[in-house]
Amino acid sequence: MKFGLAPATVLVAALSTTSLSAETLRLLTWGGYAPEDVIALFEAETGHTVEVTTSNNEEMIAKLRATNGGGFDLAQPSQDRIASAQEEFGIYKPLDMSMVDAAQFIPSMLEATAANTTYEGEVYGLPHVWGTSGLVVNTAEAGQVTDYTDLCDASVAGSVSYRLKRPTLIGFAYSMGLDPFAAYSDADAYQGILDEVEAALIECKPNVKTYWDGGDEIKNLLRSGEVVAAMAWDTGGWQLNADNADITFVAPEAGALGWIDTFVLPARGRADEAAYDWINFVMRPEIASMITNTAGNFTAAVDGDAEVSAELKARYQGSFDQAAIDNIKWYPPVPAGLEALEGATLDRINASN
Amino acid sequence: MTDKSKLGFYLLLMPLMLWLITLIVLPHIGLFMVSISEKIGVREYETGLGNYAVFFNEPLYWRTFARTAFMSIFTTILTLVLGFPVAYYIAKLTRGRTKTTLFLMCLIPFWVSELVRTFGWMILLRETGVLSNFLQYTGVIGGPVEFLYNDGAIMVGLVYTSILFMIVPLVTTLDSLDDSLIEAGYDLGGTGYSIMREIVIPHAMPGIVSGCIVVFMLSLGNYLTPILLGGKDSLWFTGLIYTQFITRFNWELGSAFGFLLLALSSTIVFLGLKLSRQSLTETMGR
Repeated sequence: MKFGLAPATVLVAALSTTSLSAETLRLLTWGGYAPEDVIALFEAETGHTVEVTTSNNEEMIAKLRATNGGGFDLAQPSQDRIASAQEEFGIYKPLDMSMVDAAQFIPSMLEATAANTTYEGEVYGLPHVWGTSGLVVNTAEAGQVTDYTDLCDASVAGSVSYRLKRPTLIGFAYSMGLDPFAAYSDADAYQGILDEVEAALIECKPNVKTYWDGGDEIKNLLRSGEVVAAMAWDTGGWQLNADNADITFVAPEAGALGWIDTFVLPARGRADEAAYDWINFVMRPEIASMITNTAGNFTAAVDGDAEVSAELKARYQGSFDQAAIDNIKWYPPVPAGLEALEGATLDRINASN
Repeated sequence: MTDKSKLGFYLLLMPLMLWLITLIVLPHIGLFMVSISEKIGVREYETGLGNYAVFFNEPLYWRTFARTAFMSIFTTILTLVLGFPVAYYIAKLTRGRTKTTLFLMCLIPFWVSELVRTFGWMILLRETGVLSNFLQYTGVIGGPVEFLYNDGAIMVGLVYTSILFMIVPLVTTLDSLDDSLIEAGYDLGGTGYSIMREIVIPHAMPGIVSGCIVVFMLSLGNYLTPILLGGKDSLWFTGLIYTQFITRFNWELGSAFGFLLLALSSTIVFLGLKLSRQSLTETMGR
């Protein structure tokens, strides 16, 4: 990190002679959300320099917690993980909406995200990319898998994979006819749901080949045919569909789980202006289309799907009819402390034989 | 000591002390402070030993620790059994260029990172991997077999990762054994077995013990190999610490686990030294 910083500072110093407002934007994001070509266009237009670090929800929060919200100027955690992290660790700073071109955002998503990321009257998050997790199935070999609990069916024994993380608990709970999101505010009721899911997942364990960790790992397992049905993100399924028409994303009967990744400002970020410039830049319809084409997920930008490739749109429509879209379960904000209950459950599932 | 040489002594000591204090002592003090703060509410903490109590009250955690410790001990024994003949051959049965070449061949796998080596094993052992395909090709097995994602795969990975750290100290101690002692043993009517037991092993003991300590500590503290090769059964204590810190945001419990790992592994090494009647100064000073 130190080695990277020195040349970057020199670069900034050199740039600032030409453009007074040029800054270095240290972006903490997901893989695919900041493609090289978008960065090149942004740097050419604004004179800012962009340094990208790719990560996931938990690591983003852990990194910002370790530095009390320093080290990065813009982060992209999911919208359900913002209010509780702010409450516990105080790692973000409120948004200045006068700096944001709100007309570029789809109004319903902007409002929903604002409502979910409000803490003590201040809004912390803007929507960027949204998508779902559900099932990725090799339809030629496991066409009968249409819901989360079907992964435990004897017909796919040993060829199943999912993550040992909270989406799995929630997906299984819905599939078992429970409503975990409704129980978020009631720790005892939620623990009851977790206990039921724990029993189901322990029983299901012999069916599982391995618990996957990274997106590339599950794609490899599906591509090689070692796994025929998995719980995974929609984009993973659509990418595999491009190589093998049998494999695709299936929206589960109990409902796909919908997430929205956001923009938030870390508490001790130093380049707010560059951060707002980046937000306004990537929400332009043509840039949003470029990001959708690399990340595979659609954005909250108005007309952001205009220039998205026809294949991706076709795959999206193949996985989601209107009923499936209406049935998406959107993650509400996670109350502080809930993860401790889930963690204990996941540890017990992992340890069971 | 004159004032001047005293100054020199302290200056020379400085890098070591800086290293120890800033990178080892201070972080551990910080970690300890975190480990004794119990979370009672949002942004509310209380000093206490509750996090340590969690370890002893939840069977899952100490069972995972016991499992990690036993598998590490088994890895150490396996590494010793495999490493000793290799080291003996290199130290005693080869000379000159062959010796250097063989030693270098042990080193070569360590020129790539541990991650790459572990992925190499995954390519070999997976269901559609090299080993499974080869066995099907030769007709030994009928259909694809999964060799990955079990304790055996973890063991293979750990032994492979740590065998060099067993061979190096063994070669050094065996090198220092005078060949004439072995010849004298034969002259006095000793058998191969009795010479090994009475002369070679006692002489190599410090090397065996220091190799075992290093291999045990490396296995116990390994994170990548057990997680990647172990799959769904890959319970390893370092994995628990990682999840507490990163996915559970529970630094307090994670720190307590870190200290318990330090304390328990030190205890096991201490017991090992007592059992083998070696002292730390003797094994590490050679």
